[in-house]
Amino acid sequence: MANEVGQPEVVEEEVDILIIRGGMAACGAKFEIMRWAEGTDLRIKLFDKAAMDRSGAVAQGLSAINTYMGENDPADYVCYVRGDLMGIVREDLVYDVGRHVDDSVHHFEEWGLPIWKQAGDEGKKLTEGGKPVRSGRWQVMINGESYKWIVAEAAKKALGVENIQERVFIVRLVTDKSDPGRVAGAAGFSVREHKVYVYRCKCCLLAAGGAVNVFRPRSVGEGTGRAWYPVWNAGSTYAMAAECGAELMLMENRFVPARFKDGYGPVGAWFRTKTPCCSSLSVS
Amino acid sequence: MPTYVRTDRCDGCGSRDKPACVYICPDDLMALDKHGSLTGHVMKAYNQEPEQCWECYACVKICPQQAVEVRHYADIVPLGAQVQPVRGAASIMWTITCHSGDVKRFEFPIRTTPEGAIEPYEGKPAADHGELADHATLSTKGTHAGDKSQFVHSA
Repeated sequence: MANEVGQPEVVEEEVDILIIRGGMAACGAKFEIMRWAEGTDLRIKLFDKAAMDRSGAVAQGLSAINTYMGENDPADYVCYVRGDLMGIVREDLVYDVGRHVDDSVHHFEEWGLPIWKQAGDEGKKLTEGGKPVRSGRWQVMINGESYKWIVAEAAKKALGVENIQERVFIVRLVTDKSDPGRVAGAAGFSVREHKVYVYRCKCCLLAAGGAVNVFRPRSVGEGTGRAWYPVWNAGSTYAMAAECGAELMLMENRFVPARFKDGYGPVGAWFRTKTPCCSSLSVS
Repeated sequence: MPTYVRTDRCDGCGSRDKPACVYICPDDLMALDKHGSLTGHVMKAYNQEPEQCWECYACVKICPQQAVEVRHYADIVPLGAQVQPVRGAASIMWTITCHSGDVKRFEFPIRTTPEGAIEPYEGKPAADHGELADHATLSTKGTHAGDKSQFVHSA
């Protein structure tokens, strides 16, 4: 079977809405879109290049817990983000993230995500007035080991597993023959089977994560090339869009997390001195 | 650095459609050596591209036989040390074996609902398509109206 790359089986289908990838953002989109599409005959399909239960567990969706508003004003959040990113932001979009994020976090907690509460509020949900433990002004503390499993479970139930295709790697967007300014489909291949997928769609959501290894990581020796960001986030969100002629915006921002003793990454949560939800015991 | 499979424990998930580690790996690294022709171990899973492994522990946690372990970079986890989790239905237990031989265990909750119990739309109102025209309140139900006067480039 080796080297038979010339004649793969071609699977063609036409859908209304195509969701490319299965990360946190796509899971959120599935949950939202199915509610809005209720009572319609819209055909909606999602492609993930890996397994939704694990893949795509950083970025936009995970950021919800780094952004939880609670008592804060989302306009203040816009000021914070604007300062953090040196003014290179679309304030209206950041504002919308701030306005909507609590709703997402409340869903996550309802579905089973453990969110730490202040003393006296244990067992009380955020929606019941439970005060979260904060690590700074915006971030709330969670036990996030199964964060993606939980969100993927809700998303799978919302969209239906029959509309989800895992291990298919969408690599190209295709524009409309008579309207080159419009995306009319996408193409990719199975990473497990000898198949190529070509999908026509009325609209698509491209949410394939960020790009790692744009700069050479400083890690040396055995760890050469190692980065905080998932190595399989190859930047195809940007590449696919750029290759089909889309305009990319706010690309001037870049983010380089520092690596230091005891950890490296963008999130400060684990460098707290107290871990109230962790029980530790020593065994000799 | 990468994960490796303990062949004394791995059963290739023979009763399943495919091994759990093969199902979950986000980088598609885990494979099943069905006939033993690649590794010499019949019906055992293996990491086919260890240098690409990100040590995300997805395969370690999902393995029903606890057959997957991780060898870390020496600069992070000194030789002889190990970090090994066992994930249950509601919590995960991490066993940290130090270079000195000391063992520490940490248990964390992972979810507050049973797996498979989520009803995404239960108790939630149907979508009101009328809201689509009113972007200011769309999906927010009046929470977090905010004061946009602080914006520099007000949209």
